[in-house]
Amino acid sequence: MAKISFHKVMHSYMARPAGLEDYALKEINAVWQDGGAYALLGPSGCGKTTLLNIISGLLVPTQGRVLFNDTDVTEVPTTERHIAQVFQFPVVYDTMSVFDNLAFPLRNRGVPEVRVKQRVEEIAGMLDLDASLQRRASGLTMDGKQKISLGRGLVRDDVNVIMFDEPLTVIDPHLKWRLRSKLKELHQRLGLTMIYVTHDQTEALTFADQVVVMYEGTVVQVGTPVELFERPHHTFVGHFIGSPGMNVLPCEIVDGTVRFAGHAITTASAEKPGSDVREIEVGVRPEFVHFDEHGFPAEVVKVDDLGRYRIVEARVDGHRLKLIVEEGADIPSENPCISFDPAATWIYADGWVVN
Amino acid sequence: MNKTTNQKAWWFVFPVVVLVAFNALIPLMTVVNYSVQETFGDNVFFWEGVKWFEQVLNSDRFHASFLRQLAFTGMILVIEVPLGIGVALSMPRKGPWVSVCLVLMALPLLIPWNVVGAMWNIFALPDTGLLGRGINALGIDYNFTQQPVSAWLTTVLMDVWHWTSLVVLLAYAGLCSIPDAYYQAAKIDGAGAWSVFWRIQLPKMKRVLTIAILLRFMDSFMIYTEPFVLTGGGPGNTTTFLSIDLVKIALGQFDLGPAAAMSLIYFLVVLLVCWVFYTLMMRHEEK
Repeated sequence: MAKISFHKVMHSYMARPAGLEDYALKEINAVWQDGGAYALLGPSGCGKTTLLNIISGLLVPTQGRVLFNDTDVTEVPTTERHIAQVFQFPVVYDTMSVFDNLAFPLRNRGVPEVRVKQRVEEIAGMLDLDASLQRRASGLTMDGKQKISLGRGLVRDDVNVIMFDEPLTVIDPHLKWRLRSKLKELHQRLGLTMIYVTHDQTEALTFADQVVVMYEGTVVQVGTPVELFERPHHTFVGHFIGSPGMNVLPCEIVDGTVRFAGHAITTASAEKPGSDVREIEVGVRPEFVHFDEHGFPAEVVKVDDLGRYRIVEARVDGHRLKLIVEEGADIPSENPCISFDPAATWIYADGWVVN
Repeated sequence: MNKTTNQKAWWFVFPVVVLVAFNALIPLMTVVNYSVQETFGDNVFFWEGVKWFEQVLNSDRFHASFLRQLAFTGMILVIEVPLGIGVALSMPRKGPWVSVCLVLMALPLLIPWNVVGAMWNIFALPDTGLLGRGINALGIDYNFTQQPVSAWLTTVLMDVWHWTSLVVLLAYAGLCSIPDAYYQAAKIDGAGAWSVFWRIQLPKMKRVLTIAILLRFMDSFMIYTEPFVLTGGGPGNTTTFLSIDLVKIALGQFDLGPAAAMSLIYFLVVLLVCWVFYTLMMRHEEK
């Protein structure tokens, strides 16, 4: 088990990167605690798999250092890093039985057969694979195969970190949550450091203690699911997390007051953006926009009833925004006015939050 | 849905039926017809029952060419399959050299059989051929027109040269279809190169290798043109394989009955071996 640190890690797939835009990863500095459950969340192409491959040693970063505990492992080959990885598509050794599959990493490391048997049975028990130990691995279902991939990581005692690269992609929807809760349970039981790469916010938020949101090769925010929800550091986090995403609206600052479509609003940002900022926006989640007779006038465009709540699409001076109205609450039919909750309204300067 | 009866649809099937009849059914039935009759010419036939089959199955000549055929096919399979896998494994998986290698590999496959035979004949002639003179210059007495061993060596070498590429291309296609994750997982599991080959590459190549072995078995078991042009079945009868012998009986001696019986036995052997082999290989496959 290990703490993982990144010191100015950058990576480019080009031989001679000219500028920052040639980098798939743009300077990552982070310390991930031993025994933590981390999720790397971001859209396709944001660099999360690159970061994962740097941790596993399949890629050597162009710049920077990676440390496991206090040992520099930047150049250490995969085999010596003591890591385990579960891939998007289950990897099983077709010709071997489930037992032999699970025993494979131990046998390769010369572990005595008595110990192999003991470990394999223990792990198979945890993964509910005991009944199929003697079957050929190729005959199992997708989720069974994915459990084998995971099991091959778990049988080893020397594993520093287990990494998951979108492991539920090929699993049937009704089995997804079962496998996900199994992962969560194993994490609590074994206390291993786990890193989970996904582009699905539900998976990330349910699995991880700390969610690392990545966007265009940069880590935009690291935080608990609650922090990401209440205080997105970047408009991207606001958009990407939450359903529907955060309202990001253009605004201007006139004489120290924030104005949106001509209406003065109060925000939680204490500081003011610098003068070199090109674009100032205000961000507020639909959960924190309310109908309020003291607010400013808006026009209701559309209402989606989702049962427990309704999503209302409104228009203020040509700007569209969404708000969430709880079940039972009224949507004013005449001259509706809305307001933003000041504690959850933030100013964003060129995409980044202003504190 | 109501189905309408429309007998006109038969017209769509008709061309295929005609085609199959002419290229397979009628010739095969002609052979069956010959195999149970005797003729002295003038299109006069006498019923002979299974006499020709008994004769062929008890003939030393058939046994000898059958054994030669088995030996030849066995040899080329033992050489071409491992060699083909080996070459495929050492070919680059990406980069500009991929197409160069593929084209080089495909070249021998594009050369017609009789040209291959003629090429190797000229190439291996002991007095004038590059290979023949080269081997003799090394102090080894080599003359494929007179020594059975040299003739066999040359024939096998020619087949390996001509057909290993087929195994290479198929094995290579199999290798390319293995996702990177397998190799990464193997690295993480601490597997060595041998385990990777044995546990990942070979099982993943199983289907294409089955096809490769079947194709090579059938082609080599029915080989005719190349050894015919190279050695003419000689010296003596030492490289007279089944097809060559069959043609000698059918067209040389004009013994249509025995030749037809032999063709049918030959055909059944090929069919049986392919079926058994395929069934065995596919026994564990997922449905």
